[in-house]
Amino acid sequence: MTTKPEITIDHIGKDYGQITALGDVSFNIEPGEFLALVGMSGGGKSTLLRMIAGLETPTRGQVLFNHETREDSAVVIRVMFQEDRLLPWMTVLDNLSFKSHDAQQQAEAKKLLHLVDLDEYAQQFPNQLSGGQKQRVALARALMSHPQVLLLDEPLGALDALTRRKMQDLILHICEQQQLTTILVTHDVNEAARMADRIVVMKHETNYAEFNGPTDRHDAGQVGLVAEDVLDAILHDKVES
Amino acid sequence: MQKTVALSPALPPKPKTRSFSFKGFLPFLIPVLVVAIWQLSSSLGWLSTNILPSPWAVLQDGVKLTQSGELPKNMSISLYRATLGLVIGGGLGFVLGFVNGMSNTARLLFDSSIQMVRNVPHLALIPLIIIWLGINESAKISLVAIGTMFPVYINTFNGIRNVDPDLIEMGQSYNLSKRELFQKIIFPAALPQVLVGVRYALGVMWTTLIVAETISANSGIGYMSTNAEDFVDMETVILCIVIYAILGKISDLVAKSFETLFLDWQTLGRSSK
Ligand SMILES: Nc1ncnc2c1ncn2[C@@H]1O[C@H](COP(=O)(O)OP(=O)(O)O)[C@@H](O)[C@H]1O
Ligand SMILES: [Mg+2]
Repeated sequence: MTTKPEITIDHIGKDYGQITALGDVSFNIEPGEFLALVGMSGGGKSTLLRMIAGLETPTRGQVLFNHETREDSAVVIRVMFQEDRLLPWMTVLDNLSFKSHDAQQQAEAKKLLHLVDLDEYAQQFPNQLSGGQKQRVALARALMSHPQVLLLDEPLGALDALTRRKMQDLILHICEQQQLTTILVTHDVNEAARMADRIVVMKHETNYAEFNGPTDRHDAGQVGLVAEDVLDAILHDKVES
Repeated sequence: MQKTVALSPALPPKPKTRSFSFKGFLPFLIPVLVVAIWQLSSSLGWLSTNILPSPWAVLQDGVKLTQSGELPKNMSISLYRATLGLVIGGGLGFVLGFVNGMSNTARLLFDSSIQMVRNVPHLALIPLIIIWLGINESAKISLVAIGTMFPVYINTFNGIRNVDPDLIEMGQSYNLSKRELFQKIIFPAALPQVLVGVRYALGVMWTTLIVAETISANSGIGYMSTNAEDFVDMETVILCIVIYAILGKISDLVAKSFETLFLDWQTLGRSSK
C-alpha cells in the first residue's frame, strides 16, 4: 500500500464554459510534504483542490499519485472545507462513521474524537457545538479510514483568531504524526508561512511563484519575513525567487 | 407540579412554571368561550334551536348516536377511506417526487405533465369518477388519493431538489454509494419538506372526503350529515361538523408528532435520545 504518495500535478486546467478557472498548473508535492496554496480569491485554488480530490474532472492535464491516476491508485484522499459540512441530523459520532454499524468504524470514530478532544460530545448534534468544535469534528471525520492525502480548503477561515491558532497547531500535529501529504488552501499568508513546508502562489490562473517555509516555524520573525515575501508575490508582478 | 420536585434540587425555583400553565391554557380560551356563549344564548332563548341547537343538545345527540352504534360505524368507515386514500395518494406522490427529484430524465419526462394535471381542482373530477366507479368505496378512496398525491409530490420533489449540493459533494468525497447518499444525506435533508407536504395532504384528505361523502355515499360522516339535513336534524348536522373539526385537529397533531419524532435534531432537545 502507498503510505506516502508523491502528487504530480501535470499541466492541469479547468474551463467552465467561457471562464477559465484554471489555466495551466504544474507542480509536485513530495511525500509527506505540507504545501500551502495562496492567492487572490477567485484564482482557481478550490477548483484545483477539487480536481485533486477527484470531485471535478480537469479540462486538460492530469493529477498523478505515485505516477498512477486516482482510479488506479489505492490512495485515500480526504477534503476538509471552509464550511464544516456536517450532517445536522446525525450525532457527532455518526457524522464520523456515517451511521455505520461496523464495530471497527465505530471504534475508529471514537479514537479520532479523542484525538480532537471531543469525547464528551459524541452524542451531541452539530447544532449544539461551537464553530471551532464543528471544524474539529470535520477534521476528525476527514481522518477516518486512514487517508494518505489531506486537502484543506480554507478550513479555518471562519474561526476567530484564538480558535484558529489552536486549530493550526492541531492540524500540524496530526499531519506530522500521521505523515500526511497535505495541501492547505488559505488566503492568510501568515497562516501559510507558519504551517507550510512550501508555499505556492496561484496567480493569473497558474502557479506563479514558490517559497520555502521558515526553517523554524516557532520563530515569529522568520514566519513574518516569509509571509511578507508571499504577500509581495501576490500583490506585485515582479518576483525574485 | 410533581415533576418540579423530581428535578435537581440545585435548580432555583423558576417563576416560569406559573406562566407556562397559563400559556398552555391560552389556545383553549377562545373555543371554550365560544361554546359557553353559544350554550348561554341557547339557554336564554336568544338563539332559536331551528337555526342552531345548543351544544348540550349536540352532545346528547352524539351520545345517542354512539350508543346506537351509528356514529362509530360511520366514523370508522370515513377514517378507513381517509387513511387508505392518503396512503395510496401520499405513497404515489412520494415515489413520483423521489424519482423526479433524483433523475433529470424522469423530471423532464413527467414533471411538466404533473404540473399541468395539478392545476385541475381534483374535486372537479367527482362527476367523472362517479360515472367510472359509481358510488362505491373505490370512488371515494381514489378521490382522496388524487387530492393528497399532489401536495406530497410537490414537497418531496422540491425537498430533494433543494438539498444542499455541498453536502452531496461531501458525501461523494467520502465515496458513499448512490444508495448511501440517498439514505444518509438526501432523504434526511428532504424530510422536513416531505412532512410539510404530508401535513398539507391531511387537510386536503378531510376536505375531499367530506365533499365526496356528501355528494355520493351511503355511509360515513359526510353521509350522516346529508342524511340528517334531509330530516332537518340540526343536532346531527352540527355534530358532524364538530367531528370533522376534531378529526382535523387529531390529524394535525399526528403530523406534528411525526415532526418531533423524525426531526428532533432540528429542535435539539437534550443530547440523550
Ligand atoms: N462550478 C463552477 N461553474 C462556473 N464557474 C466556476 C465554478 N467553480 C468555480 N468557478 C469560477 O472559477 C474561478 C475560480 O474559482 P475558485 O476555484 O473557487 O477560486 P478560489 O478558490 O481561488 O477563490 C472563479 O472565477 C469562479 O467563479
Ligand atoms: Mg476557494
